[in-house]
Amino acid sequence: MSTLTATRPTAEIDDRRSHALVHARIMLRRNLRHLLRYPSLTVMVTMMPVVFLLLFVYVFGGTLGSGLGSGTPVGMHGGRSAYVAYVTPGIILMAVAAAAQGTAIAVAQDMTEGIIARFRTMAVARSSVLTGHVVGATVQTVIGVAVVTGVAIAVGFRPHANAADWLAAFGVILLLTFAVTWLCVGLGLSAKSVETASNSPMFLTLLPFLGSGFVPTASLPTGMRWFAEYQPFTPVTETLRGLLTGTKIGDNLVVTLAWCVGVAAVSCVWSRRLYEREPKPS
Amino acid sequence: MNTSTRDDAAAISARGLYKAFGEKTVLDGIDLTVQQGTILALLGPNGAGKTTAVHLLTTYLRPDAGEVRVAGWDAAKHPQAVRRAIGVTGQFSAVDGYLTGRENLMLMADLHLLPKRVGRAKAAELLERFELGEAGDKPASTYSGGMKRKLDLAMTLVGDPKVIFLDEPTTGLDPRSRRTMWDIIRGLVASGTTLLLTTQYLEEADQLADRVAVLDGGRIVAEGTPAELKARIPGGHIELSFADRARLEAAASLLDPTGRDDDGLTLQLPGDARVSTLWPLLRRLNDASIEVEALTVHTPDLDDVFFALTGRKGA
Repeated sequence: MSTLTATRPTAEIDDRRSHALVHARIMLRRNLRHLLRYPSLTVMVTMMPVVFLLLFVYVFGGTLGSGLGSGTPVGMHGGRSAYVAYVTPGIILMAVAAAAQGTAIAVAQDMTEGIIARFRTMAVARSSVLTGHVVGATVQTVIGVAVVTGVAIAVGFRPHANAADWLAAFGVILLLTFAVTWLCVGLGLSAKSVETASNSPMFLTLLPFLGSGFVPTASLPTGMRWFAEYQPFTPVTETLRGLLTGTKIGDNLVVTLAWCVGVAAVSCVWSRRLYEREPKPS
Repeated sequence: MNTSTRDDAAAISARGLYKAFGEKTVLDGIDLTVQQGTILALLGPNGAGKTTAVHLLTTYLRPDAGEVRVAGWDAAKHPQAVRRAIGVTGQFSAVDGYLTGRENLMLMADLHLLPKRVGRAKAAELLERFELGEAGDKPASTYSGGMKRKLDLAMTLVGDPKVIFLDEPTTGLDPRSRRTMWDIIRGLVASGTTLLLTTQYLEEADQLADRVAVLDGGRIVAEGTPAELKARIPGGHIELSFADRARLEAAASLLDPTGRDDDGLTLQLPGDARVSTLWPLLRRLNDASIEVEALTVHTPDLDDVFFALTGRKGA
């Protein structure tokens, strides 16, 4: 019996601190392996914003670009090239939202796998499963954003950004990714089925439309304009637009930071609580 | 730590375990003790509470009342310490379908913080031992049910657990795979591991277990060695079958049957396989010129125990 009782009772506390990171890294590797082995979801959520970009630039861009009015990017004179500059930040947000939708699906799917039940009876740091998903999703999102930005540049997006602007833009995108990913992890955990998990984050991909992502909010009818001006994607769009194309940022950066930190914190607590709750009897 | 009623040396002990899901009581105060290096079979029909019992003993679920100690640790106070000592193979395959068999085993090795080299060797050894060598580098989602079950158990063994829980380890396996599983289980106990398994197969409990606890409707209705349980029910019986109703009637009036089945054309008589029992019986039937189609001697098995204890037929 000595082998069974020799461990110090405090070992548990030591464990929690030192193994959480190691376990999170192992879970991340597991998630990345899933992404590599079954890339269809990644391809789908990456292609969606690319399709929207091409659609909006080549089909609607000529007309929309001429109607931007005060929203016309600095140094542009309307038309398709002005619209590429205008719409790219909105499309980048859409890429973040689409990838997050993929995360909700992946999390919901993962929770139906027997292996999650196994993790619960192993001495695995509890937080590591979710951390693995969030970091894995962030990697996926960064790839998606890079692809869509590349395509935007290929179709004529010419940002006026120096290295510091790019870095700041990247930081804003990361922060937004972190927030919506945690939100979607929560949506994925709370969904009763994988189908629900795929539908419930849909509103995120619509939010850039109901903000300043595609047209200036000033052009919207009153009620919608009110919503557009106060919903969180608008200040994020405006901040990104300012960093990349030189429009005025004003207090949008502060509002963006507040929204992202708030949503991330609430969603993180919510998700962890959902994961900690007693699993349903099978 | 020490109370007079508790057996602290036991590998698994549970006192007064109670669990309800909403209105439905699933476990209604069960006590269990499993000594180190032995196998306890938790035997019961579907819905008896076997899986819930395993969930409570393995920290997957928390009991509403009662106390669990595994490998010397209180499961409520030190769940992580319990988790470190145990290995669990649930009823539904707990493998990662996206990963290959080898990667699944390596994932377990990593989570147990084994050095890479050790993990690789362990994965290779377990794939070999469970006859999964050829499929080792294919995704687990392509495995058959039996292969998934074997991989599942192999994953449980990566961390060299001292106490193993197997929830219906052979349900859905073909007879050959079931034999293989039994051999593996016997091998584990031979090396000093403590094992609790659930089963609906009475034969399986009889074959493997040192002790059997019969679970029915959330309560333990009997506990003991397979031999003790068998001793609790009356001896066996002799069954005679006849070709037609007339012969059945004739034999029934001649003998003193304890049971009769008019549709099956059979009679049950008290008795056993001793020649001194059978000889007079056959002589009486012969003297009366009653032709018997078949005679079977039924020795008591766990099916009878189960029937005697719960009033229902077992699986």
